[in-house]
Amino acid sequence: MPVLKIGKMVMGSLFKKPATLMYPVISREWQERTRGQIAIEMDACILCGICMRKCPTDAITVEKASRSWTIQRMQCIQCCCCVEVCPKKCLMNKPEYTTPDIKKISDRFEKPPEEPKPAPAEKPAPAAGEAKAAPAEGAAKPAGATKLEKPAPAPAE
Amino acid sequence: MSKRTIIPFGPQHPVLPEPVHLDLVIEDERVVEAIPSIGYIHRGLEKLVEKREYTEMVYVIERVCGICSFGHGWGYCKSVEGNMEIVVPERAEYLRCIWHELSRIHSHLLWLGLLADGFGFESLFMHSWRIRESILDIFEKTTGGRVIFSVCKLGGVRKDISAEGLAEIAGILEGIKGELTELTEVFLEDYSVKNRLVGVGKLSYSDAVELCTVGPMARASGVVQDIRLDGHGAYGKLDFAPVTEEAGDCYARCKVRIREVFQSIAMITQAIAQIPEGDIAVPVKGMPQGEFVARMEQPRGEAYYYSIGNGSKFLQRMRVRTPTNMNIPAMVKTLQGCDLADVPMLILTIDPCISCTER
Repeated sequence: MPVLKIGKMVMGSLFKKPATLMYPVISREWQERTRGQIAIEMDACILCGICMRKCPTDAITVEKASRSWTIQRMQCIQCCCCVEVCPKKCLMNKPEYTTPDIKKISDRFEKPPEEPKPAPAEKPAPAAGEAKAAPAEGAAKPAGATKLEKPAPAPAE
Repeated sequence: MSKRTIIPFGPQHPVLPEPVHLDLVIEDERVVEAIPSIGYIHRGLEKLVEKREYTEMVYVIERVCGICSFGHGWGYCKSVEGNMEIVVPERAEYLRCIWHELSRIHSHLLWLGLLADGFGFESLFMHSWRIRESILDIFEKTTGGRVIFSVCKLGGVRKDISAEGLAEIAGILEGIKGELTELTEVFLEDYSVKNRLVGVGKLSYSDAVELCTVGPMARASGVVQDIRLDGHGAYGKLDFAPVTEEAGDCYARCKVRIREVFQSIAMITQAIAQIPEGDIAVPVKGMPQGEFVARMEQPRGEAYYYSIGNGSKFLQRMRVRTPTNMNIPAMVKTLQGCDLADVPMLILTIDPCISCTER
């Protein structure tokens, strides 16, 4: 009888572990290809802005003046179009979703200020001094990318 | 003489996640007339074609619908590829077929769950969706997305599936076949399910033809209509026959969809056995010029994609006609004269996707 069939299935489920997962309390296993979030290697970025122009949802903002790359996490649809078009291949897909949030989160990454151009060869002394100053500046903003602790407010829609 | 009353149904209704509104003219618990109205979820996706390049537009078109997203992406690509005379590699065609058929299984299992939920059989609903979950896991593993895949692109596909991956898919499908057989017996033989479905909302063959129904709705009334028969993609190399039933009632529509799930499993197994080695994409050069119409067999029926290019990187116009659009007249026809309690069943059995319809 069909009722017995489903009865068997239902009774069996009573003794099995749940088919669902208490996400996000219990973290889930990510697949290698999971399109979770877009990550950037800021050191390699040349701030060309192609990702900003190609993004179907306008989630990315590249500012050359402040040397920053910003992504609106809630606006991004994880299509990985930016990853495909990036000429430097510094954008990548991270197989992990962003943490659930009730606010519109945006992440801003900054490049350290541009190193001053090396001085002409006939004046070696100041060039050495500048070279010393540059790493100190780099140390203040480690790893090339600084994630702001406080999310930047999303533009009003 | 009984009094006529109008009962509003939707756009927010417990049985129906889709925002469709119906004015039901009732006479003694019997529906005399149903007046549908849509327009609650229009997003203007077709208009976006003027602002997004034709290569990026595929991401937008995929989001027309969450359930048949792959089919929409393929339909758009097929239309623009036809426009630009691009020949897609054979392996890509097979991969597209595999993903499209997996989408069909996932869509039909979702629908079966919703139907069970509609007539109040909660455990049947849960188990249908539990089985569907393994299909979503295949999607995540092979494409990276569970619902929206972004894997179809102009000229081919973005990702390949290895031989081991294909063998694993075949294994998973073989595994769910057993569980599905158990569920099928409940859906098709249980008396409580039959009481809600048999003889409800009959649509005759002539009405189905006259009202231009498509997909499982038409096939349940005996109309042999399946766009896959034209052999696009790799369908020409797969052996299958459209699933049809004669009765035309809710039970027949349920039966058609269940049989299609098994048919899709068989088609994927065939495709996995036949898939050739080779490239998965060809580079796309130039801009679309001229117009082209592509047709697809979505899980809900025939969909229509029209694109016209003017030699620039933006298409001039893109038009999508989805299956629900064609099935609404038939739904209104079957609603006339039915019991008020059967209305949710009748709306569910056309498998409405209003988000698709309004785009």
